[in-house]
Amino acid sequence: MEKRPFERPFIKKLQAGMPSKFGMKTQAEPITHIDENAVPELLAKHGSPLYVISENTIREKYKKARHAFTTRYPKVQFAWSYKTNYLDAVCRVFHQEGSWAEVVSGFEYDKAINNGVKGSQIIFNGPDKTDEDLKKAIENDSLIHIDHFDEMYSIIAISENSGKRPKVAIRVNMDTGIYPMWDRFGFNYENGDAWDAINRIMISEKMELVGLHTHIGTYMLASNAYKVAAGKLADLAFGIERKYGVNIKYLDLGGGFASQNTLKGAYYPGSDTVPSVDEYADAISSAILNSELNPKNLPTLILESGRALIDDAGYLLGTVIANKRLSNGNRATIVDVGINLLFTSFWYEHEVYPAAAVSEHMEETTIYGPLCMNIDVIREAIQFPLLKKGDQFVIKRIGAYNMTQWMQFITLRPNVVLIDTKGNDHVIRKQENMELIRQQEVIPDHLK
Amino acid sequence: MQIKKNIAVSETGFVFNPTTGDSYSLNQVGQEILGHLGENRSPAEITSLMTSTYDIDPPSFEKYFFDFISMLRQFELLDEENEN
Ligand SMILES: Cc1ncc(COP(=O)(O)O)c(C=O)c1O
Repeated sequence: MEKRPFERPFIKKLQAGMPSKFGMKTQAEPITHIDENAVPELLAKHGSPLYVISENTIREKYKKARHAFTTRYPKVQFAWSYKTNYLDAVCRVFHQEGSWAEVVSGFEYDKAINNGVKGSQIIFNGPDKTDEDLKKAIENDSLIHIDHFDEMYSIIAISENSGKRPKVAIRVNMDTGIYPMWDRFGFNYENGDAWDAINRIMISEKMELVGLHTHIGTYMLASNAYKVAAGKLADLAFGIERKYGVNIKYLDLGGGFASQNTLKGAYYPGSDTVPSVDEYADAISSAILNSELNPKNLPTLILESGRALIDDAGYLLGTVIANKRLSNGNRATIVDVGINLLFTSFWYEHEVYPAAAVSEHMEETTIYGPLCMNIDVIREAIQFPLLKKGDQFVIKRIGAYNMTQWMQFITLRPNVVLIDTKGNDHVIRKQENMELIRQQEVIPDHLK
Repeated sequence: MQIKKNIAVSETGFVFNPTTGDSYSLNQVGQEILGHLGENRSPAEITSLMTSTYDIDPPSFEKYFFDFISMLRQFELLDEENEN
C-alpha cells in the first residue's frame, strides 16, 4: 500500500473576530516550477540555496516597460542600472534588448565595456569617479553625469590634456513632494545650484552639455513625483535653449519605479499599492510633452529603471534546516537562506512559498536564516505552511540588489542559474569555494 | 499522556475546551494523534500506527509527535494530573 504524505501535526487556537490583515490571504499556493524547471530538480542539480533568474521574465518586463514609454513619447532609451544586478549574463540580456549601461564606479564601467557596450552608450553616474575613470570615460565619449563641482573641475583639467570635449550632463536634485528628499547627489534645483553648474559648463566651453539627469529616489510609490521631476528638468532644458540657444539632447529621469514587493510595515501588499509602469510613463511623458519645449525638437527620454525590471525575474530557492519552538510556544523555522543572501529582507516582507503542495493549515511562524546572528530573520510572524526539515521553498521577487549587495559572511555564496528562453538552465555565477577565498588572503611570514 | 476528559473533538478537526471556551483547529495528522490519545494509546503505539500509514520514519515522527504534545500542553489540553 502506498503511504500517505506526512504533514507535521498541528493545532491552532482559533481567535474569534480576528481575521488576518489581508482577509485571510495566505501563501499556501506552492511554486513548484520556474519556467518549466522543477524546483527539486534545480536544487538537486545546483545545490541549496540557489538563485534562479528567468530570462523570459527579464525580457517580458523590459518589453512591457519600453512599450509603456514608446507609446507615449517619441524618443526613449533605457540604460541598465548595473548596481541593481551586474552579473554579466543579466546585463547582456538587457543589452540585447537594446539597453545602454548606467554605471556608478570604475568597476561597473569596466564591466559594461567587457559586456560589449559602446563607450558612447555608457552613462557614468555617481559621486566617486577617479581621474583614471574620468580619463577613460572621456576617451570613450561616455556620458558623464557630474555630481559636484570638484568633479567638474577635474573634468576640465583632464580635457585640457586630452584634446577631447567631454560629453556631460549634470545630476539635479529637487523637491518633488517626496519625503525624505534626496539632496546629497548632484546640484539642487530650488536653490539655484543647478543653474550655477549649467552656467559654468556653458561659459567654460570645455565640455558639451548634452543632458540633464535626476534620480529622485528608489521604490517611489507616487507617480506624481515623476511628473514634478520631469517638469523641472524640462524647465531647465527650456531655459538653456532660451539663454544659450543650445538644445539639450536628453532628459534622464533615473530609476526608482517600485517593484511589487511589499515594504516592511506597509499595511497593504505591494501588488495593491505600486503604480503600474504605465502610470509612471504617463506622468513623465505628459510632463515633458506639456512643457515649453519645442515638440519638433524634443530631447530623448532616458530611463535607468533597475528594480522594477529585474526584481520579478529573480528567485531564491532553499531548504528547511529545522523547526523549533520559541519560549512562548511560537513556531520558528530555520532555513538555509540568510540575510547574507537576501539583503533586501531589511526593506521588504518577501513572499516565501512552499515548493510542493501543502494542506491549507498555516501556523504563525518566524523564518530565521542559518547564520549564528540574532539579526538573521527572513520573515517575522507570518502565516506559513507546516514545512518540515528537508522541505523546499521559493522566495519570490529577489532579482534586484541581492546579487550585488550579498555578503560573503559565515558561509559562501551559492550558484546563480539563468533559465534561458527555451527553459535550459545555465550556471552564470559559480558557487564560491574555499580556494577562492584563500587566494585573496596573505599570511605574513611570522604567522606561517 | 491523556487528553482532558471534557475536551470535545469533532470529526472535522475542531477542538473545544468547555472550561475555557477556547476552540482550536487541527490538521489531519493532529486529529488522528488526538484520536489515539483519546483511546489511551502509548507514544510507542501511536508511532507504530502512524508510521505504518504515513510516509515518515519513526525517529522523525517522534520528533513531530513530541512537539505536538508540547503544544497541547501549552494550550492546557492535556490531563497532566492523572499522569503517573
Ligand atoms: C543614479 C541611479 N539610477 C538608477 C538607479 C536604479 O534605481 P531603481 O532600482 O530604484 O530603479 C539607481 C539606484 O539607486 C541610481 O542611483
